[in-house]
Amino acid sequence: MVRVKLDGLSKYFGEVKAVDNLNLSIKDGEFVAFLGPSGCGKTTTLLMIAGIYRPTKGRIYFDDMDITNIAPKDRNVGMVFQSYALYPHMKVYDNIAFPLKLKKLPKNEIDRKVKQVAKLMQIDHLLDRYPRQLSGGQQQRVALARALVKDAYVLLMDEPLSNLDAKLRILMRAELKKLQKELEVTTIYVTHDQVEAMSMADRIAVMNEGRLQQYSTPDELYDKPANIFVAGFIGSPPMNLIDATFREDSGGYLVDAGSFKLRLEPGMGEVVKNNLTGQEIIFGARPENMEIVEAAEDNTIEGTVYVLEPLGRDLIVNVKVNDYMIKALTKPGVNLNPGDKVWLKVDLDKIHIFDKKTGKAVI
Amino acid sequence: MGLISNNPSVRSYIYMIIFLGPALFLILFFWILPVFSTIFLSFTNMGMRKPNWEWVYLKNYMFVGAHPFSQKVAINTLVYVGATLAFNVLIGLLLAILTFYMDDRTSLVYRALWLLPRASPPVVYGLLWLWVLDSSEYGLLNQLLAPIYGKPVPWLVNYAMPGIIVINGFIGASFSLIVFSSALKAIPPDYLMAARVDGASELRIVKDVILPLMKWPIMFVTAWQTLSLLASYEYILIVTDGGPFFETEVWSLFAYHQAFQHLELGFGAALAMILVIIALIAVLIQMKLFRFREMITPVKIEHT
Ligand SMILES: Nc1ncnc2c1ncn2[C@@H]1O[C@H](COP(=O)(O)OP(=O)(O)OP(=O)(O)O)[C@@H](O)[C@H]1O
Ligand SMILES: [Mg+2]
Repeated sequence: MVRVKLDGLSKYFGEVKAVDNLNLSIKDGEFVAFLGPSGCGKTTTLLMIAGIYRPTKGRIYFDDMDITNIAPKDRNVGMVFQSYALYPHMKVYDNIAFPLKLKKLPKNEIDRKVKQVAKLMQIDHLLDRYPRQLSGGQQQRVALARALVKDAYVLLMDEPLSNLDAKLRILMRAELKKLQKELEVTTIYVTHDQVEAMSMADRIAVMNEGRLQQYSTPDELYDKPANIFVAGFIGSPPMNLIDATFREDSGGYLVDAGSFKLRLEPGMGEVVKNNLTGQEIIFGARPENMEIVEAAEDNTIEGTVYVLEPLGRDLIVNVKVNDYMIKALTKPGVNLNPGDKVWLKVDLDKIHIFDKKTGKAVI
Repeated sequence: MGLISNNPSVRSYIYMIIFLGPALFLILFFWILPVFSTIFLSFTNMGMRKPNWEWVYLKNYMFVGAHPFSQKVAINTLVYVGATLAFNVLIGLLLAILTFYMDDRTSLVYRALWLLPRASPPVVYGLLWLWVLDSSEYGLLNQLLAPIYGKPVPWLVNYAMPGIIVINGFIGASFSLIVFSSALKAIPPDYLMAARVDGASELRIVKDVILPLMKWPIMFVTAWQTLSLLASYEYILIVTDGGPFFETEVWSLFAYHQAFQHLELGFGAALAMILVIIALIAVLIQMKLFRFREMITPVKIEHT
């Protein structure tokens, strides 16, 4: 197993910058998720690491070895494709054995390894079938077995769970994570499902339009989004992001969104002031950090209940504040009805302020 | 009141005739009638030189076995069909795989070039080959080989059958090329990527992934070409006319010669009928071998 380092990695398809100057290090045995919306360059990055695409710029290292120009067959990576790409004319056994046959392993050793990995993936009873005779979940296990059987240095998975139904997906998430930890294989896992990334990965690389937005642990991604994109992308229901200006007046520091004003603590205000390039900001607060109170208080946001979204464990309250909607999360059972006047009390320790011009977080 | 009829079953019957009519008419006149007239002719001693004719029943068929050249022609046919088939399927496959690995524009130009013989009229293509293989020193091949060989080679005398095979092979190869190229395009690229990641060289990918996935297209081309080679003789007629001395006389040409050169319509018809029966048997065998049912279902390239 190896460390992986991407150094200024770029891939352009004509005018399209599918991946643009990607810098990233992955530790030996680490489970990293590439997370981003459709078309942000996740698959392209994987295919460059696998050696299928030649980077337009930049280098790829396994440990200290530069493998940028090495043919895919000599990289010893295992890959699970988004489509699984199981060879339709080969039985499950032969699909799994294929990489080993290419390595010219002796027959009895191939047999031993195939059976071992099949057992691990709980597909040993399916070895005699053709891929088309398998369910989606079974195909996915076969694809995984084929990627694992050759003791790859790096395991690449391209949205392997996207074809499964919701229940199986949740089951497989846990299984994959456990397996990865057991095998200690360096893993890159591509997904556009943030819950999947958050629940499985040691670290997450959030990408957008070919560029790396943030690379950190799930907790940090959630608590300290580096920019507006990450703030809006991570979290469900998403963070409330509101256009505002930042001002200093006689009383201290003020976030002014027009329809409401919030006074910041002096310490925080100081930091914001020092890091901001202008006055325009995006004010961000997660729904769970908005408490609903039924009487006016100092430093609250006034609005009316617009619609309630019960989620079973939680209740999302959509509050209309002038012309925009703020989502707040509470426990079910509160006595609220659309049209009620409410006040939102923001947990000021947990707010986010982004510089509107640069998009970057200032606190 | 409806325009045609109010009775739905009558109406649908009328519609059927309106829509199928033209096609049925064509099939009737250009396919069914010739078949029946051939069957009819083959049981007579009709000939263009004779004013009268009479039924001879199976005599023509018996004469096929007795004819001094039947055996020679049968062997020629077997060699010609077998070798040409191998030539055009293999060359077509090779070209398709080569163009598959080229960039789009080069492969397009390449394929277009290979299509030229098919696009040109048979007579033009045949005459072109006559010039290429001409026995005199002015033949193209002889001109090219003059520095090595010195004296001109009578290609169509010494190498008549190989010449015929190559000439027909190139035509067939362009057909296989089209079918195989589009079949290759239909292979999901993920399979090839997966094979590369699994550690396969391009040669192994061709052998272990591409060729198995091309099973149906290869079978289709083989079946199709067998039939068309059995029945076609126009290039042989133009280039060698079966010569020298029955060297390249194949069954269909034999039938043509008997009917329209020796004006033995009855005997020619019997020869043609035998070819039809052999072709039918060949089709039936291939249908069984290739499991025709699976072949005519829409997906020709298997997906998971
Ligand atoms: N072979 C190609 N030729 C041209 N453009 C391409 C090619 N492959 C990808 N692209 C473009 O590069 C960008 C990134 O594509 P990529 O497949 O890496 O996205 P992705 O993040 O995997 O998306 P998804 O979640 O939909 O799978 C897209 O804009 C895509 O249109
Ligand atoms: Mg993708």
